[in-house]
Amino acid sequence: MRGSKLSLNHKRSFLGIAFIAPWLLGFVFMFATPLVQSIKFSFSKLTVDPSGFSLDWVGWSNFNNALFVDATFNRVLTESVRDMVLNVPMILFFSLFSATLLNQKFRGRILARAIFFLPVILASNAISAAEASGLINLVGDATAVNELGQSGSQYNVMSMVMILSDIGLPLSFVDYIVDAILRIYEIITSSGVQILIFLAALQSVPGAMYEVAKIEGATAYESFWKITFPLVSPLILTNVIYTIIDSFSGSSVTQMIFSTAFTTQNFGLSAAMSWIYTLIISLVLVIVGYVLSKRVHYN
Amino acid sequence: MQSPQPVHREANHYRVQKVRGKAVDILYALFRYALVIGISFIIIYPLLMKFSIAFKDKADIYNPTIYMIPVHFTLDNIKMAMQILDYFPLLGNTLLFVVVTTLLTTASCALAGYGFARFNFPGSNILFALVILTLLVPTGTLMVPMYLHFRSFDILGIIHLITGKEGINLLNTYWPSIITSATAIGLKAGLFIYIFRQFFKGMPKEIEEAALIDGAGGVKTFLRIMLPNAVSPMITVILFCFVWQYNDTFFTSLFMSEVALMPTKVSSLAAQANALLPGLLGIGAGGSSIKADPNHVAMIIDTGILLAIIPLILLYMVVQRYFVESVERSGIIG
Repeated sequence: MRGSKLSLNHKRSFLGIAFIAPWLLGFVFMFATPLVQSIKFSFSKLTVDPSGFSLDWVGWSNFNNALFVDATFNRVLTESVRDMVLNVPMILFFSLFSATLLNQKFRGRILARAIFFLPVILASNAISAAEASGLINLVGDATAVNELGQSGSQYNVMSMVMILSDIGLPLSFVDYIVDAILRIYEIITSSGVQILIFLAALQSVPGAMYEVAKIEGATAYESFWKITFPLVSPLILTNVIYTIIDSFSGSSVTQMIFSTAFTTQNFGLSAAMSWIYTLIISLVLVIVGYVLSKRVHYN
Repeated sequence: MQSPQPVHREANHYRVQKVRGKAVDILYALFRYALVIGISFIIIYPLLMKFSIAFKDKADIYNPTIYMIPVHFTLDNIKMAMQILDYFPLLGNTLLFVVVTTLLTTASCALAGYGFARFNFPGSNILFALVILTLLVPTGTLMVPMYLHFRSFDILGIIHLITGKEGINLLNTYWPSIITSATAIGLKAGLFIYIFRQFFKGMPKEIEEAALIDGAGGVKTFLRIMLPNAVSPMITVILFCFVWQYNDTFFTSLFMSEVALMPTKVSSLAAQANALLPGLLGIGAGGSSIKADPNHVAMIIDTGILLAIIPLILLYMVVQRYFVESVERSGIIG
């Protein structure tokens, strides 16, 4: 009796391994091996020859070059980290707000949802690259394009800054809000998946809870903070992590790593840069994950 | 004799309350519509602009009174953009590539998701943590080794043993993407495995037990019972995978820079348009220094972008209903 049960368990585990076998193969050969290799590359000088490549051990000099010799790497890295820090709260706020909006019952809700998810479909590096090059072509200068983008929304910012600072808000906060409004398009286009995740979370909140709260006399505002927010808070963590990873995947650092490898052919330096970058992302994720998971409500 | 008075007052109070509640509701509804319509407009506006530009004649470029609807309708922009992009062969090529990789990714991720959701084997939790790790490591880190790997592709030195060569050069073929998607390690595959795992975890255990008693093996249970029920996560994964694969420039420019695919072609559209437009217009063909009007080039670029995303929009229109519905029931969250 016991023997047959064991063998059934064994059978199950073999079957399980068989199901994940394609992934396991891919992981070992297409992920783990390149990962180890890229650590090796970052400590070496790599020369590509027609039949393959050769490595010369150079120790920490690639890292040294990336951090202290290269003129732009530090700046690009800090800039993209700063952008991420600014963007994540805005994207999160906007996506939670939109998801709550889309979760309510109103006429044309299906159409509104279809439109709100459209950015998931249209967010593409290829398209933005083509658009930027179209603008550069028009203006003839990349810096002019940036300025054009900033003044592109024909909205008088100063009046808003005046109003907000008259209310007595701190100036740095006013800056942040104004910045958010000026980049509303960017924020909307990068929050499609997050809206989706929040919407799915909101759907899973039992409706009876709201009814009870209503009977007890809670306002919509109260029931949002006391019911909705705690119940979607685990997904806030998920979304923060997704947003951070997503914001890094298309960042200027990635492009810089790419061009270091394939235009200047400095593979070792590129590997070192990408490891510095990976470590910083991991650090950010660990800190954010630790801070948020303490505040998350699990039921 | 005194009792009707308070009752009357109470009823009155109730009525006022009701009217006030209704007014608040209506105001809120109006406010909500304003917000939804406003945000929708911001999202759709660039698309509308591109549609308007695509049908605009050259003569309308410098007419400041035109906002959206062009005065001179023309199909010239579309024709030229199609010529520059070599549109239909390019589209066919890209679609073939994307469909194959999407199907392979969906299949391999569904298998892996099911394996992780329903089987306990030694180290299964650690392996699943590694799935999440594949999501977290930025693609840039693996870029160079992967590139060199596919430049002289060889598994455990088998090819070296047989032919004596240093592996095969798979760059600029479809193989790198096919291999990575068949082994569930391609573009954002970790996310797809996660979605499938969450879904299969939520399926009742009894279904499998019943299937086992009826004599179905593990594979048969998966194919005949689990997969047909997994339509909603499948649609989500297929749509995401299709769209991201179609839009991907990172892997395509890394592995297949010389293969004609939509994203790489579109991102170099500006240079192409600048070079080819004078010739197409019949002015200064053959390397003369006459340049096309930059505004006209920008118009062609916008039209090209529109042509590139039209298939995605059509696809989205077809599946969005299922997609949005499936989100509500899918395993995107636990």
